[in-house]
Amino acid sequence: MAEEVKLLGMWAISYNRRVERALKLKGIPYEYIEEDLSNKSNLLLQLNPVHKKILVLVHNGKPIVGSLVILEYIDETWKTNPLLPQDPYERAIARFWAKFIDEKIQPTARSANLAEGEEREKAVEECCEQLKMLENELKGKSFFGGDAIGYLDIAALVIAFWFEVVRDVVGLDLVTEKRFPSLCRWIGKLQDVDVVNQCRPPKEKHVNYIRAGYEATKAAASN
Amino acid sequence: MERSDEKVKVVGTWSSQFVMRARIALNIKSVSYEFHQERLWEGKSELLLRSNPAQKKVPVLIHGGKPICESFNIVEYVDEVWSSAPSILPSDPKERATARFLAAYLDEKWFPSMRTVGYPQGEDARKAAIAQLEKGLVLLEEAFVNYSKGKSFFGGDQIGYLDIAFGSYLGWLRVAEKMSEIKLLSEAKTPRLLQWADSFSSHAAVKDVMPDTEKLADFGVRAKILKATATPKL
Repeated sequence: MAEEVKLLGMWAISYNRRVERALKLKGIPYEYIEEDLSNKSNLLLQLNPVHKKILVLVHNGKPIVGSLVILEYIDETWKTNPLLPQDPYERAIARFWAKFIDEKIQPTARSANLAEGEEREKAVEECCEQLKMLENELKGKSFFGGDAIGYLDIAALVIAFWFEVVRDVVGLDLVTEKRFPSLCRWIGKLQDVDVVNQCRPPKEKHVNYIRAGYEATKAAASN
Repeated sequence: MERSDEKVKVVGTWSSQFVMRARIALNIKSVSYEFHQERLWEGKSELLLRSNPAQKKVPVLIHGGKPICESFNIVEYVDEVWSSAPSILPSDPKERATARFLAAYLDEKWFPSMRTVGYPQGEDARKAAIAQLEKGLVLLEEAFVNYSKGKSFFGGDQIGYLDIAFGSYLGWLRVAEKMSEIKLLSEAKTPRLLQWADSFSSHAAVKDVMPDTEKLADFGVRAKILKATATPKL
């Protein structure tokens, strides 16, 4: 059967890039369809009627939703360049930290970015505690995946680049050399990885998008 | 020593649906384990804090001294390590993806509504929560019809990942039904799930770890778990 892989996504969403990087790492050709957040296409609604989430991988007509779920699906379906470690314990660790990034680190970082004064200080402290745990996970390795990037690197990339873009918008630098030398070294090494760079949106466009989002959120909060 | 022969310990509580998942998975695989019951009202044990410093939550599976955290992680780990025993996850990648997605949906979107139904804060909130729960149950009834293929469980003849994911909520579901005096699972709307709930609860791998509804309801009141907005810790 001829493989047909489509990705319905939105360029600015970091989860989008997770899936694209995984597909590129495995050398899987795919068609990318850009979705308009404010005007979800009929195709998206048809494929994802219940949850209506933007990011959908469609493989031979069947939809898969949820970025981490999609990463595992890609890894199980196309066996070249495995993303997850082979060892069950290592896999459990990778899955744990990926979820931790999405459920703890990202929301805390967002709170830190939006808050002010004492509230911001508290959120920053909490986020740094969480980032420290991730820093410890690197344990002197080049990448979370060892010598090459894997599932957790792909999931954690949001810390590398989204954080950087938000710093430009909000002025809050969370991932500093002083606090997280291993994470910074990791970010440096990522710059040399092809699939990482191929999937980075144009910096200025990204900064403007994030800035607009933050301004809208702040305006809504103060109303 | 084979990995699967190493000592297994579960750190948890009798009331937690998340802990239940870990125990059911081990039971399905006939793996003996030591259960370390956290003392509910006395603060977290040294063992828990040491083995899950990131979240300080149950369950933790400690296998050969190594901790594995997060209920679905544990279920997948157990399935992978004891791979010769009955499979928990479906073998088809697409079915695995759907099972994982639905399981995450249950934890992230569906269960929070259960809290509101069981211990409501206002009639409007209660009605909205009931609607959300019923929506989820319609989804699950459909999923059951698709996956069970006429058999007793989401996993077919055997209990599988989705059975564990959703079945672990039956305790709280029954508490919510009792507290709100409504039937969430019914012959009219969710006939297959109603039947499944009985089969699941009486299954050998489940019956000893399914909490008693009365006991759980009392616990819920005392812990105000269903009122709290944070994810239940114990």
